[in-house]
Amino acid sequence: MAMLEVNNINVYYGSIHAIKNISFEVNSGEIVTLIGANGAGKSTTLQTISGLLRSKTGSITFMGKNLGGIAAHKVVSMGIAHVPEGRRIFQQMTVEENIEMGAFTRPGNEYEQSVQNVFAHFPRLQERRKQIAGTLSGGEQQMLAMGRAMMSKPSLLMLDEPSMGLSPILVDEIFEIIKAFHDSGTTILLVEQNANKSLAISGRAYVLENGKIVLTGTGKELMQSEEIKKAYLGG
Amino acid sequence: MEFLSYLISGLSLGSVYAIIALGYTMVYGIAKMLNFAHGDVIMVGGYISYIAVSYMGLPGWVSVIAAMVVCTVLGVLIEGLAYKPLRAATSLAVLITAIGVSYFLQNSALLIWGANFKTYPSVISGTLNLFDNRLSIPYVSMLTVVVCIVIMVGLTLFTSKTKMGKAMRACSEDKGAAQLMGINVNRTISVTFAIGSALAAIAGVLLCSSFPILKPTTGSMPGIKAFTAAVFGGIGSIPGAFLGGLLLGVIESFAKAYISTQLANTVVFAVLIIVLLVRPAGLLGKYVPEKV
Ligand SMILES: Nc1ncnc2c1ncn2[C@@H]1O[C@H](COP(=O)(O)OP(=O)(O)O)[C@@H](O)[C@H]1O
Ligand SMILES: [Mg+2]
Repeated sequence: MAMLEVNNINVYYGSIHAIKNISFEVNSGEIVTLIGANGAGKSTTLQTISGLLRSKTGSITFMGKNLGGIAAHKVVSMGIAHVPEGRRIFQQMTVEENIEMGAFTRPGNEYEQSVQNVFAHFPRLQERRKQIAGTLSGGEQQMLAMGRAMMSKPSLLMLDEPSMGLSPILVDEIFEIIKAFHDSGTTILLVEQNANKSLAISGRAYVLENGKIVLTGTGKELMQSEEIKKAYLGG
Repeated sequence: MEFLSYLISGLSLGSVYAIIALGYTMVYGIAKMLNFAHGDVIMVGGYISYIAVSYMGLPGWVSVIAAMVVCTVLGVLIEGLAYKPLRAATSLAVLITAIGVSYFLQNSALLIWGANFKTYPSVISGTLNLFDNRLSIPYVSMLTVVVCIVIMVGLTLFTSKTKMGKAMRACSEDKGAAQLMGINVNRTISVTFAIGSALAAIAGVLLCSSFPILKPTTGSMPGIKAFTAAVFGGIGSIPGAFLGGLLLGVIESFAKAYISTQLANTVVFAVLIIVLLVRPAGLLGKYVPEKV
């Protein structure tokens, strides 16, 4: 049984049918990527898994439990952390307060160890722990969003376009950190438009177009596929 | 000496506005709605403590606690029954509902307690006489200012130091992201209404202790003034509500003394308009441009 099983979900925004009968799975220990152009439905899919949106039909199960009808704030304590598109850190709170919010569902006595673990991955956050988060650079905000998510000790980490708007050096850094999280035992569901880098680190990937999955395969297979090269890898 | 006496009564009145404004501003900050029924919760607080003292013979401080308990329950009920179902509705629908709740509370009070006003027994009587009796300060004025400062400091510590307080700030910035942290947004909003309504009860007792006329519309005007104070200081900001309330009270008191009793409210609202022209976000409010 896969860790995350998405079965035939359909998601609507009013009359807009954004996700059309999507099914996919993520096994424990994998890095799985959803790639697709802007508007394909990647973010909608992640938001449906984390409970911010509801699917009209179909089901989502995580570690054998049905997520249907479970409130978003309860999904976190089941072991899913979601770093949303655009980071959505709490701009007016300090770096440290953001990190504390990430640990909201965890017992207080494990806080010190979790925060040290996050600072080990992101030393820059430690230097800036008292700074107001809105004054961080884009790359630092992404690191904060990822560090904050790790504070809930997720088994599955979902990342929505973590490389968006970052310089090539920072993109490399973010991908290194994703690999490090994966090496430390976290299963990753990644959403990216940067197909090159994400396929390179993914075991498997799904290609989304207009709310449908049109292609799936291992990261290597998809990197060599002519269609993918044309559409997402710049020829 | 007269000046000092007007200043003190202005600070005392302003403290009542500030306590009400703190409730307004917290609810606005977290639920992003103007709870126009907030002023009427003050009135309910006044009646409850009046009944506790006048009919049940309970001591003043017990009546305050009784008013706080009843208003807290009332606030949570109002939120749960009237506002929560409208979480996804337009802000206009929520605003109209809030006005409806306000009329509902006023008319319920009319039905239960009648139209005749009650003379409210102050929770604390007596005056402090200074300078050969040339300056006399009612104890209730001093109490009001002290209570206001304690509440303001308490709320500041609560929102900056406690887990629940920080969760409130997180909800106020981004409810979706707060849910992704595991924060129960509905519960956080309920707690905010509970705190705001308990403060309204305290404000009701202090207001009626200074101005002992209690009737079903007692809360309306102070409610509107406190809303003004919250906007004046910067809606959503706790120090803003405090400063806005105090300034509004002092301006009103001086306008009554030196300009005209009839024109006092005109002066108050004129100052508000000027401040908002110069600083659209209020004195301490942050102008946050919409992020795309
Ligand atoms: N809040 C919304 N209201 C209405 N339509 C939306 C909303 N969010 C996304 N959509 C639509 O749903 C589709 C999928 O969007 P999204 O999941 O954000 O795509 P992606 O993340 O792949 O860029 C798009 O057609 C988009 O216009
Ligand atoms: Mg997206």
